[in-house]
Parts: sequence; C-alpha cells; structure tokens
Amino acid sequence: MAERRPIPFRGGGFDPVPRPIVPWLALVAILGLWQVASSTGLLPPLFMPSPATVMRALVDLSADGTIPRHIEASLRRMIPGWLIGTAAGLAVGIAMGIFSTARASGLPIVSALFPIPKIALLPLLILWFGIGEPSKIATIALGVFFPTAISAYSACDSVPRNLIRMGQSFGLPGADIVRKILLPGAMPGILAGFRITASVALLLLVAAEMIGAEFGIGAFVLQAGNLMQTDHLVAGVALLSILGLLISFGLGHLERWVLRWR
Amino acid sequence: MPVHIESVSHRYGTVAALEGVDLDIADGETVVLIGPSGCGKSTLLGIIGGLLKPSDGVVSLSGTPPVESLNPFTYIFQDFALLPWRSVRDNVGLPLEHRAIPAADRAGRVAAALALTGLTDFADAYPRQLSGGMRQRVGIARALVVRPAVLLLDEPLSALDAQTRQLLMDDLLAIWGREPATKIYVTHNLEEAARLADRVVVLSRRPGRVREVLRIDVPVADRARPEHAARLAEVQRRLWDLIRDEAATADREMVDG
Repeated sequence: MAERRPIPFRGGGFDPVPRPIVPWLALVAILGLWQVASSTGLLPPLFMPSPATVMRALVDLSADGTIPRHIEASLRRMIPGWLIGTAAGLAVGIAMGIFSTARASGLPIVSALFPIPKIALLPLLILWFGIGEPSKIATIALGVFFPTAISAYSACDSVPRNLIRMGQSFGLPGADIVRKILLPGAMPGILAGFRITASVALLLLVAAEMIGAEFGIGAFVLQAGNLMQTDHLVAGVALLSILGLLISFGLGHLERWVLRWR
Repeated sequence: MPVHIESVSHRYGTVAALEGVDLDIADGETVVLIGPSGCGKSTLLGIIGGLLKPSDGVVSLSGTPPVESLNPFTYIFQDFALLPWRSVRDNVGLPLEHRAIPAADRAGRVAAALALTGLTDFADAYPRQLSGGMRQRVGIARALVVRPAVLLLDEPLSALDAQTRQLLMDDLLAIWGREPATKIYVTHNLEEAARLADRVVVLSRRPGRVREVLRIDVPVADRARPEHAARLAEVQRRLWDLIRDEAATADREMVDG
C-alpha cells in the first residue's frame, strides 16, 4: 500500500481578518512619533507644531468663541449651498432619468459643464452677486449641482428595466411607476452621490473662504498662515477633518436608515 | 378566457424574431411554448401581454374579463421582478394599490394569495431574506392577487435549482387546479412542458414559427402517477426530436447576426 501523505494547506492568507485595536495603535503611534519629534526639536515649531500645542490651540480657541464663530460662518455657507445644489441637481437628474427629451437636451450640457472646476467661476459669481455670502453659496451650489444631476440620472438609468416592465404589466400609472419603482430603486445611487457632493461642498467652501471672507474655517486657516501661527493653522485643518468625518458619519446613518431593506 | 394570436410577426431592427404565428388558445387551457433559445418565445409572450407591439398581426381576447379580474393579462417573471425595498406583503399588494377597491377587499385578497402560496408566515420578510423558491412564490402570489384571466409565465422556474424547481412545479399544479385562468407558459425545459401542458407549441428557431402543436392526452392531475411515466417520457423524447437539430443550429449562430 502506498504511503499516505496529508495534502498541504495552501489557501487563506489574502482573506481580510478583523484587527480591532490596530487602527487605534497606529493613530497613537503616529501622534506619539510626532510629539517626540517636536519635543526633541527635530520638527521646528514654526513649520509644524506639536500635537500638544495643536490640542491646546483647539481648546483655547473653542473656549474664547473663535472656533464656534468660524464654524458657524462656514456652516451658514455650506448648508444652504449644498441644499440648493442638491435640490436643483435632483430635479434635473431625475427629469433626465424619466423623460427622453430632458435626457437628450440636458445630458450633453450637464456633461460639458461638469468638468469645469467651479471655483474658477467664483470671480464671475462675485461680479453677479457681490463679494458677500451669495457668491460663495452660489459657488458651492453650482459645484454640488452637476455631480448630483449626473448621479441622480445614472441612478435612475440603472434601475432594472424589468422592474419597470413589471409595473407596466400590472397597469400601474406612470406617476406610480416613478414614485414606487424608479425613485426607490434610484435611492442607493442618489445617496452615494451625496457623499461625493459633501466633499465637493467642503472643498469649495474652503476655497471660497480663502478668496474673500472675514470669518469661516478657510479664512481662519489662511489668516493663521499669514501670521505664521502654525498651531492655529493645523487646528483649523483638524477642524475640517472633523467636519468631514461628521458629515460622512451622518450620511452613513442616513444611508443605513433609508436603505434598511438591503 | 380564449386568446387568439393571428399572424403575429416581430422584428428587432432588421432581425426577424417571429414570423406569422397563428395560435388559438381555449379558455382555461395550459399552453406551453418551447423552442430553441432565441426563437422568440419570450417575445411572443411580451406581445400577448401588451408589453411589446408586434410588427404585424393581432392578439385578441374573446369576451369580457370578469369584473373581479383587475389585470386580465398578468405575468410571472423569470427573475421574479420583486421590489427589494418592499416586504412580501407589500410586494403582493402592489398591483392593488392603484385600483379603486375597498381597503378590506384589498387586504383580503393579499391574505388569500399569501395563504395559497404558503407565504403567510413570511409576510413581513424582505425579498433578500428569502430563497429563490420563496421569491418566486411571492411572484406567483402577486399575480394571483389580481385574479388574472390569462396568466403569462415567462420561464418562471428557470432561475431556480433543480430541486426547488420540482417543488414549485408541484405548487403550480396545486394552484392551477383552483385557478380558472388560461395559462401561457414559456420554457426551454422539456420536463416542465410534459408535466404542465395541455398542449405544447414547438417553435422553430429564429424567426420563430409554429412548427408543431402536440396535445398531451394524459390529464395534468394524473401525470405524477407511475403508470403514465412511460407516456410522458415518450412526449419528452418526441419534443427533443423536434427541437434538437434546430437547437444545435441556433447554438452555432452568432447571437446578434
């Protein structure tokens, strides 16, 4: 009888394995290294403040009301801008998803204007609306509008035709097909678009505030740079990161709730 | 109700899918359409239900559908076509929502259809939580809820595994015993044809024409009995003889040629 040899295992290896503590360890390690580099003088404070200095700046600036004032100014631009751009973008995108004429006329225009970096239009918008808030809100709205229209259109387009045929086969009126089949079916794509437009809004917000604003996180970061207050500067950047994380966290919850059937 | 298909032809652009199909289907009859892939059998079903406009010819229904039939021509789809964001109950109720019927009647129809398909305990589940067989039972319940005069089944069991297919075939037969609807059933599965059909219509390869109509003389209810096994096997063999050469030729054709 021939010798029996066990078959060597050669699977596994590339499977993702949960590592719950590692992300925190990595964060602590980076902050620790950074702090050590600052404390030993390896990182001159003028170029890069230590994490402790940044923390202190964040605490002090929060306590004296500076940070809340800048955040409020930023949110007063970003929220209306995003809402206006999203409302208009959804209207146009869904119309392009439903009506052939809207698609044929709208899609080439939207596709042609989509790649323009919208911040390039800020000078024009300042001429139209003045240097104040409306031109900044309009820049954000414009930047949000195009990706929203395109993602809403392609989300409608990707709803399986067979579901629409099913609705027709049961005699559902057109409005019911839109409301009960097309829009719910497009929801995942529309919500995925929100993640993109939220980051577009944040980007345009900071850019617009750096071009001409007294208050706002972008203006705060720019002033800190001009005054070489790197601790304030990095604190402002950290605020942007926190704001982005909060938005993404909120959208994640919205998605899980709206798409709870998945 | 009797359905009449008169010289129906259909072209997709320059490709002829169906040519001069004539067929009369009697009230309550089960007609199975089979043929090689791409023979236009699903196209014909789409034309019968009014989802596709034939290039030529007419499909008509004799008489007026009964008032309780809310959607005389009703489909059961191969891929079930369920709305994933609706529970089983709401999927089944969808075809009733836009109809002017009392809410109690609506709920009663849904409950009856769920009971008939064994879905009562799954009424609050979502499609993703169900097996393929249970999903198709939802599709069947959704079709029954409108009391169709003509049921159009577009390869309803093709997306299921072999065992589930057997189970669902038995369910369909049990349901059909109480359903007065005329059934038109498209499949490429010869066993389904031999089990379910009063008549099997064999279509030729593209462009599809009626090649042969075969009546199976064993009553549908008795076909599971062993003494009929030989007869049904013979029917399947005969069907395969009719299809094999054309299926082989169709298999070698370019798909979009």
